[in-house]
Amino acid sequence: MKFAAEIFGIGVFAFVALMGVAFAADDLFRQHMWVLLFTLAAFAVILMRRTSFAPAAPADPSAYMDEPIRYGAIATMFWGVVGFLIGVVVALQLAFPQLNLEPWFTFGRMRPLHTSAVIFAFGGNALIATSFYVVQRTSRARLFGGNLAWFVFWGYQLFIVMAATGYLLGITQSREYAEPEWYVDLWLTVVWVAYLAVFLGTILKRKEPHIYVANWFYLSFIVTIAMLHVVNNLAIPVSIVGVKSYSAFSGVQDALTQWWYGHNAVGFFLTAGFLGMMYYFVPKQAERPVYSYRLSIIHFWALIFLYIWAGPHHLHYTALPDWAQTLGMVFSVMLWMPSWGGMINGLMTLSGAWDKVRTDPVIRMMVAAIAFYGMATFEGPMMSIKAVNSLSHYTDWTIGHVHSGALGWNGLITFAALYYMVPKLWGRQRLYSLRLVSWHFWLAMLGIVVYAAVMWVSGIMQGLMWREYDAPTTWPARRAAPCSSPARW
Amino acid sequence: METYTALRQFADSWALAAMTIFFIGVVIFTFRPGSRRKADEAARIPLKDD
Repeated sequence: MKFAAEIFGIGVFAFVALMGVAFAADDLFRQHMWVLLFTLAAFAVILMRRTSFAPAAPADPSAYMDEPIRYGAIATMFWGVVGFLIGVVVALQLAFPQLNLEPWFTFGRMRPLHTSAVIFAFGGNALIATSFYVVQRTSRARLFGGNLAWFVFWGYQLFIVMAATGYLLGITQSREYAEPEWYVDLWLTVVWVAYLAVFLGTILKRKEPHIYVANWFYLSFIVTIAMLHVVNNLAIPVSIVGVKSYSAFSGVQDALTQWWYGHNAVGFFLTAGFLGMMYYFVPKQAERPVYSYRLSIIHFWALIFLYIWAGPHHLHYTALPDWAQTLGMVFSVMLWMPSWGGMINGLMTLSGAWDKVRTDPVIRMMVAAIAFYGMATFEGPMMSIKAVNSLSHYTDWTIGHVHSGALGWNGLITFAALYYMVPKLWGRQRLYSLRLVSWHFWLAMLGIVVYAAVMWVSGIMQGLMWREYDAPTTWPARRAAPCSSPARW
Repeated sequence: METYTALRQFADSWALAAMTIFFIGVVIFTFRPGSRRKADEAARIPLKDD
């Protein structure tokens, strides 16, 4: 019977959720378990309607497993629209405070919903889908583990739903980009180990002798995120049937652990993973091999060795020891080299084919994405220099920086990859309309450039006004100071 | 010696040296004689088929 094990497994899981409702130690846990129960019940019903008792046709072991990637492409678009829309809402809430609808839709709850939706729901689905696409085609092997890839896809969607509903209910451990509480973190760990198994298993059974560089970047992203997630979320729950947990760390150690995680979420989730996309989709769309394969290997190792130390630059002028702040700053500045090496490598892949920037809007989008990668990774190390940071930190400049990286680099390279991948996945000759791609490109460009520019103006003005009335010794107090934008990176 | 000081000393001596040497090793290995042809072959992997 098709889906027999799945329906049974979800049934057991739903029963556990029901027990969570029955024995909940607090109201929030009870509400969250109701959400889990209804989500699982709906999923079980859908599977039961799709089940069949006819013997299933055996899967062709030589064909690529593309169905989870098609689902992933749609999920990427869906969560992208949701995440960007919530971004617009939280921006409006800053301008019009009456839009803070208590208790569920206040800025404090909506802001992590926005960051997690765009980073983990939109970006994460894009990474999972493209990594499955790339690893099969560069290894010349079908995905390892049969239906495990489906578990990764649906398990990750369940994580997103639980994280998002938890934020709105007010369940948070208030660790930046890691707000979900302990039980949701445990679920993500299970899904992530399955993801690693599928990806690594496919690489191990590859028919191509060499492991292509895009897979190195994807693999480093999967392994490092597993490590960061587990360490950052080490916590002791108050009750096995309650939402609240306490971190294993305290004081400045806890702060540093959070930013070691936080910055490497940028370094390995938003950089290494998306560079995997760049190293496959740019050569494919340009129909030329990457400019220098050897430079890509240096790019990889330099990025791996430097990024992991850059986190302390988020804690300048705090209780963190000075030597640790300086270490974070120095490693951040050194990151200029691999970042620009990678940017040059991506852009120069087009050498001899620059005319395509004029004729192919998808290539144009890729070039813009790589240019934004270069600009954001130039601005980032600059802002990590203590003297600059004393002006930029806790101001809108930070938010502008984040968005030129996230929208310009991550967003554009994702959409370009989707524009390449989707016609191939659905067996179409071409995209529905290249004119629309052009419109997409220019509208995105206008929006991102204006966004970054106005945030520079507003951020630098905030920083200068602060300097007018306080001294460097009181800068840590800015954390508590009222600020037009409570968000920080 | 307390754990913090011991770890700190290990981190900025042997561990730092080991990572630096590994990285230099990677660079030398990448640019070893005869690597260009192999790298050019590897770069063509995505272009072989769909």
